Amino acid sequence: MADGPRTRVQYRRHRSDHSFNDPSSEAGKEASLARSSEPARSSTPGSAPGTLLSAADVARVVDRMAHQLIERAATGGPASADGGLADLVLVGIPTRGAPLARRLAARIQAFTGTGVDVGTADITLYRDDLRLRGVRALEPTVLPDAGIDGRLVVLVDDVLFSGRSVRAALDALRDLGRPRSVQLAVLVDRGHRELPIRADFVGKNVPTSRSQQVKVHLAEVDGVDEVLVTEATGTEAAQ
Amino acid sequence: MKRHLLEAADLDRDDATLVLDTAAQIDQALAGREVKKLPTLRGRTVVNLFYEDSTRTRISFELAAKRLSADVINFSAKGSSVSKGESLKDTALTLEAMGADAVVVRHWASGAPHRLANWVRGSVVNAGDGTHEHPTQALLDAYTIRQRLGRLDGVRVTIVGDVLHSRVARSNVGLLHTLGAEVTLVAPPTLLPVGVGSWPAEVGYDLDAVLPKSDVVMMLRVQAERMNASYFPSAREYSRRYGLDARRMAALPDDAIVMHPGPMNRGMEIAAEVADSVRSTIVEQVANGVSTRMAVLYLLLGGSPQ
Amino acid sequence: MTTYLIKGARPLGGEPADILVKDGRIAAIGDSLSATGAEVVEAAGLIALPGLVDLHTHLREPGREDAETVETGSRAAALGGFTAVHAMANTDPVADTAGVVEQVWRLGQEAGLVDVVPVGAVTVGLKGERLAELGAMADSAARVRVFSDDGHCVSDPALMRRALEYVKAFDGVVAQHAEEPRLTVGAQMHEGDRSARLGLTGWPAAAEEAIIARDVLLAEHVGARLHVCHVSTAGSVEILRWAKSRGVQVTAEVTPHHLLLTDACAESYDPVFKVNPPLRTDADVEALRAGLADGTIDAVGTDHAPHAVEDKESEWAQARPGMLGLEQALSVVIETMVEPGRLDWAGVADRMSVRPAAIGRVDGHGRPLAPGEPANLVLVDPSARATVDPAALASRSRNSPYAGRELPGRVVATFLKGTPTVLDGKAVK
Repeated sequence: MADGPRTRVQYRRHRSDHSFNDPSSEAGKEASLARSSEPARSSTPGSAPGTLLSAADVARVVDRMAHQLIERAATGGPASADGGLADLVLVGIPTRGAPLARRLAARIQAFTGTGVDVGTADITLYRDDLRLRGVRALEPTVLPDAGIDGRLVVLVDDVLFSGRSVRAALDALRDLGRPRSVQLAVLVDRGHRELPIRADFVGKNVPTSRSQQVKVHLAEVDGVDEVLVTEATGTEAAQ
Repeated sequence: MKRHLLEAADLDRDDATLVLDTAAQIDQALAGREVKKLPTLRGRTVVNLFYEDSTRTRISFELAAKRLSADVINFSAKGSSVSKGESLKDTALTLEAMGADAVVVRHWASGAPHRLANWVRGSVVNAGDGTHEHPTQALLDAYTIRQRLGRLDGVRVTIVGDVLHSRVARSNVGLLHTLGAEVTLVAPPTLLPVGVGSWPAEVGYDLDAVLPKSDVVMMLRVQAERMNASYFPSAREYSRRYGLDARRMAALPDDAIVMHPGPMNRGMEIAAEVADSVRSTIVEQVANGVSTRMAVLYLLLGGSPQ
Repeated sequence: MTTYLIKGARPLGGEPADILVKDGRIAAIGDSLSATGAEVVEAAGLIALPGLVDLHTHLREPGREDAETVETGSRAAALGGFTAVHAMANTDPVADTAGVVEQVWRLGQEAGLVDVVPVGAVTVGLKGERLAELGAMADSAARVRVFSDDGHCVSDPALMRRALEYVKAFDGVVAQHAEEPRLTVGAQMHEGDRSARLGLTGWPAAAEEAIIARDVLLAEHVGARLHVCHVSTAGSVEILRWAKSRGVQVTAEVTPHHLLLTDACAESYDPVFKVNPPLRTDADVEALRAGLADGTIDAVGTDHAPHAVEDKESEWAQARPGMLGLEQALSVVIETMVEPGRLDWAGVADRMSVRPAAIGRVDGHGRPLAPGEPANLVLVDPSARATVDPAALASRSRNSPYAGRELPGRVVATFLKGTPTVLDGKAVK
C-alpha cells in the first residue's frame, strides 16, 4: 500500500497503489482516527511549509542521536568494557526506520570503534487499523542472532505522530522476546499523540498542524536525505 | 486482490507474487519464535465449511487462521449428492447471520464456492471444489518451488497422473503459468480431459521422455477406483508407465525436486524411496501450506475496506 | 360465441388484411372487412401466424405441481403464442398408460388455454426395458401419436427397433432423446475446453450423434417414422442431412436455448443454464441455425422444463437439468432467425406450427390462414423489445435462462379455435 496520504482518503487496495517508496509521512503511516474535526484544528499554526532539514542537517541530527545513544548505553546497564554497547540493539521500524537504525549503528561504530546489533521489526501484522487502511505488503523482520532477551532495545522510526506505530512495535517486540528495557528514537517528533507514548531520543521536534504532512526522505529509500513539511491538499485535509 | 479466492485465475502475476512474498515474510517473522501467533485478525471470524472430509486441508486452514488470531468455526456439512442435507444456500445464509468474515469452503461439487460467493458478504476461499480447483494448494506448491529453486520464471514443472479428476492440476497449471513456469502434463490419455489442448501447458504421454527436462515433478494421487472405470488396465501397469521410482528419479537433473500434494499412494504413483528422498518436498509442502494460507487470509481479510 | 374482426394484421408477414373470426373458424380474409356486432382487434403492424405448436413441453402434472401444472403451463404456452403443446411423459406417475394420458388430456381441456396433446412413454416407467401399452394410449381419448421416453434415451437398440416398428400401426412416431447413457455417466455440461477448465464432467457430442446415427439406420431399415428431440450438435445436423438425403422418414427439433446460448453460460456455475442435452459451442449454434433455416431441422421444440427454486438454487451438479422456454420461444426465433434474415415469417409458421403439427398428427393446428380453417392463430408485434423478468412469467417456475436479456417480439393476441386466450399481451383467463 502506498504510504502517501492518498491511501487515507481512498483506501484502495490495487496494485498500482503498492508503491513502497513513497515518501514517508506520518499521515500515511498512522491512520488518524480523528475525522471531521480536522479542518477546525488545521488552522492552528504549524511550521512554515518547506524544507525542514537538509541533507547536512539530517547527518548532523543522526550524529547527535548516535552520541546520545552511546551515552545512554554507558549509563543504563551493568558496567562493561564496551560501554554497554554490546547490550544495545537498534530495531528499525520499516520502511525508513530500518535504514535509520543502520545509520545510527554505523555512526556509533565510527565514534567508538564498536559495532552495535541492528534489526528490523515489521509491524504490519500488529496494526490495529488494518480494516481502515487495507493490506500492505509485509517487510522483513530480522533480529540479531543474539536476540533481544535481556538487552536494551531502542526502536527507531522516522516520524513520531499518533504513537500507534510504536504501540504496534511494542506488541511485536513482546512476541519476539523479553528486552531488559525498550526505548524509542525518532528523527522527527511532530506531536499530536493519540497514545501515552513519548520518545527517548528525538532528532528534531517540529510543531505542526494536523493538516500538514511531514515527509522524511532518506537516501537508501528515496535517493536523497531531507525532511519536508507540506500542506495537505483539499480532500486530504478533510480527512 | 479480488475479494474471493475461487480459482487460480483470480490472481494475476502481481497478486500471486504478493501472496508468496507475504508468506515468506510471515515465515521469517515467525521463524524460531516461541509464540507463533500474530494479532492481525483479532475479532475476525473464519468459518471452515467442509462438505468433504479433508483433515489435512482443514487443519492447515485452521492453524493459519488461529495463528492470525481469528476466531475459527469448523462447520462440517457432510451433505453429499446422495444424502441431501441443508441446502448450500441455507447454510450460506446461516453463516451470513453469524457474521463470518471469511468462509473457507471444501465441496464435492465443482463451482460450489462460486455459488457461495453470491450469497455471503465475506470473502470465500476455495479449499478444493470437486474436480475444479484448489488454489491455495497451487500457491503453496509455487511457494515451495520458489523456496527450493529460488525462482519460478522458466522453471519446468511436470505434472503427472490423473489430471482429468485433479483440482490440484487445474490450479497449478493456471497459477504456475501466471508465474512464468513452463508446465508439462503427463498422463495416460484417458486421464487427460478433452479440451486439455486449450490449457497453457504441454501435454505428453511418455514420462521417461520429459524427466530429464524437468526441474520439478509433481505426482498426482491416482485412485485405484479409476481402474474399475477402465481409465487404465491395472495398478501395476499404471505404476510401471507413470509411477515415479528410484530409476526414474535418477533421470532428473541434479537439483530437481519431487512434489506430491498428498495423501500419497506409496507404491502406486510414487515409490517410498522417492517420497522419502532429499528431493522430496512433501513435508515442506505441508508446512508451507500454513504460511501460504496465512498470507491469503491476511490479504483477503486484513484490510477489506468498509 | 363472440365474433372478432382483426384489422390490418399481416398474414405471414405479407400485405395487411382484415381477418374475420367467427364460430371458431376463419370466416374471411380480405381488405376492409366489416361485421356487425364483431369485436374489433386493432392489429396494424402485427404479424398473423397460425397458432404455434410445441412438440416438447414438460407440464409436470401429475407429480410436480409445485413446479408447473397443466393450467399454468397452458397459460405460459398461450402467452408464448402456442395453441397446442405436447405434454411429455416423464410425470409421476409416468404417462405410460391410457389412464394417465387421458388424465393429462382432460386437464388440458379443462384449462382450455391450449390443446394439450399428451405424449406417451415408449417403455414402462421410462425404464427402457419393455414397451408400454402404446396402442392403448393411441386408442384412448388422448389419441396419442407421439411416444417418447424423453429425459431418458431408448438406448437398447432392439427395443428401439421394436418401438419404431410397432407404432406404424397407428401412424405414431417415436421421439428419441438421443443420449448414449454409457457415454454420459455423471455428465454436467458439453465436453470441451470449458468443461475441462470448469471441472464439470463432460457430455460428449458423440453421445448424441451415435444414437441419432443408429436410429436413422433403424428407421430406414424398418420403414418407420423417427423424430429426434432437441438436436444440439453440428454433427447431429450433418447426420440428419445425410439421412434425409437418403429418404429416411426422420424429423428433428431444436430448442430455442440451443439456438441462442452456448456453454459459455456455464462459467457462472449458475444451474439455470444446466440443461440436457447441454448448451454447446458457437459452432454448434451456427450449425443448428443453418439446419433450421434449410429445413434439415423441421421444428422448434421448446423443451420447456419448469423446476422448483430449490432444484435450481444449488450446486451445479446437484441441480436438475432444464429451463423454461414457452414464453420466450418465439422471441428467440425472431432474434436468431428472423432478424438475421435466415427465416421469413412464412418460415417461422412452417417451423413452429405447420411442421410440428404434421409430425404430431395434430388435427386442426398448423393449418393455413385461410377461410374455413380453424381459427388457431397468433398476432405478433415484431418491433417490440422487452427485457425478460422471470418474476413476470406465467409459468409457476422461474428458471428462465433469458432473465435480464432483452429479446425482440411480443405476442399480442392468441386465438384458440376462435376464442382469444391472450389479448393485449395478457392472458384472458
